[in-house]
Amino acid sequence: MNTRKHISHKFDEEIAAVTSSVLNMGGLVLQQLDLAVTALLTSDKTMAENVIADDVKVNTFDVSIDEMCNRIIVMRQPTATDLRLIMAIIKTTNDLERMGDEAKRIARQAIDISERGALPDQFDSMEQLATRVKEMLNRSLDAFARKDIEEAFEVIGLDQKVDKDYENLTRQQITHMMEDPRKIPASIDLLWSARALERIGDRSCNICEYVIYLVKGKDVRHIEMSELEAHIE
Amino acid sequence: MKNMMDVQDLTFTYSGAPAPSLQNISLPVEKNKVTALIGPSGCGKSTLLRAMNRIHDLYPGHQYDGVINLLDSDKKGYTDILTLKSEAEMIRLRQRVGMIFQKPTPFPMTIFENIAYGLRLSGVKKRAALQDVVEQSLHDAALWNEVKDRLNDDARGLSGGQQQRLCIARAIALKPEVILFDEPTSALDPISTLAIEEMISELREKYSICIVTHNMQQAARISDYTGFMYLGEMIEYGQTDNIFMKPSKKQTEDYISGRFG
Repeated sequence: MNTRKHISHKFDEEIAAVTSSVLNMGGLVLQQLDLAVTALLTSDKTMAENVIADDVKVNTFDVSIDEMCNRIIVMRQPTATDLRLIMAIIKTTNDLERMGDEAKRIARQAIDISERGALPDQFDSMEQLATRVKEMLNRSLDAFARKDIEEAFEVIGLDQKVDKDYENLTRQQITHMMEDPRKIPASIDLLWSARALERIGDRSCNICEYVIYLVKGKDVRHIEMSELEAHIE
Repeated sequence: MKNMMDVQDLTFTYSGAPAPSLQNISLPVEKNKVTALIGPSGCGKSTLLRAMNRIHDLYPGHQYDGVINLLDSDKKGYTDILTLKSEAEMIRLRQRVGMIFQKPTPFPMTIFENIAYGLRLSGVKKRAALQDVVEQSLHDAALWNEVKDRLNDDARGLSGGQQQRLCIARAIALKPEVILFDEPTSALDPISTLAIEEMISELREKYSICIVTHNMQQAARISDYTGFMYLGEMIEYGQTDNIFMKPSKKQTEDYISGRFG
């Protein structure tokens, strides 16, 4: 990574400003996710409605960060690490915006469930999946903030666990539905929510791939985890 | 594809200078490709370029050490241009390896005569043959449409960008194999610059090109390969995409991203 100061002081400021916007956006998405999951697990309709209303804040970040990147590209014609940083930011922002949408989706299911009701045992495994996904997002943002590729690799490794959690949860919901048809509506809502969480995990991995691209200049998208480390170095 | 030129381990010292200006430089110039040289002022880019057709030797006493191979006209082997001695060999070399300078240098004569001048010197006498080559060269330099009705006007009446393209036409008329450009657009406005860049990418079809530029985006736009020089050394040479997106040397990264010095 290039840590030296740019000849143009203003350029350094612009880069710092857009980077911190991305991290603020990431913090907001993480908070949205946290609230949506809590609303789901506690059937808190008001909280879920707040999450849906606040998605507009995520979208505003998306637009303003794109604008900042456009301005940097047109004024500075960034090269090398700077270029890769701008590319990584544009892509990260896109993924964060979509994660915001997934959080909104979870909030919608939370409203459904709060109205229909669900039995407590139906929430089994949901908390574990949610905790793991929140950890992935949180750590992917850390990896981005610190340009830390070791952290990025670890987060990508976590995705397999999330996939396992998701599989388990699906199996449990199928069992619930077979046992008692009254559980079906809530189980479907929970399956949708789990799906949204699993997607957030995938998108956290994307962010980590951008971090690796940013630091190493190597595009590691569409490469199997087992081959990943061999591709770097 | 064979290299058109190949600079190998070149060390060059100006006459009377205490230390060499170029140290152990190696640079291939691939056939029908554009090779760009970038680096801060005084790093030796122009010195290297001027060694490549030995235009330094217009003044005596410079010290070359190393090899500069130029593919023979029959494409069968290479000749080290540093071994050339006679005046005739030098003239032949500079016909084969043409050079365009930073400032347009039209001769104080008509547009037609500017281009015909070198041809006459090289022995072309027939008016019809001269006309053909002048027209073709002006076409190749993307100037024909602008000057076809005023070939007998004084060349100094052309705009800066047109003058520069005229100089390129003048070089092309002698059918060079390599064209060396020394900051050809630094004195031109952005639109004339684009016209020259466009022309260079077309010239690549017929010629091998080496260009020194201070405009890094220009190097990124028009070249296939880029060499980054600093303090008389070739720090990094590679495909232009790699140099600008993922340079392998810290110094290159610092220079192209504006964190130098």
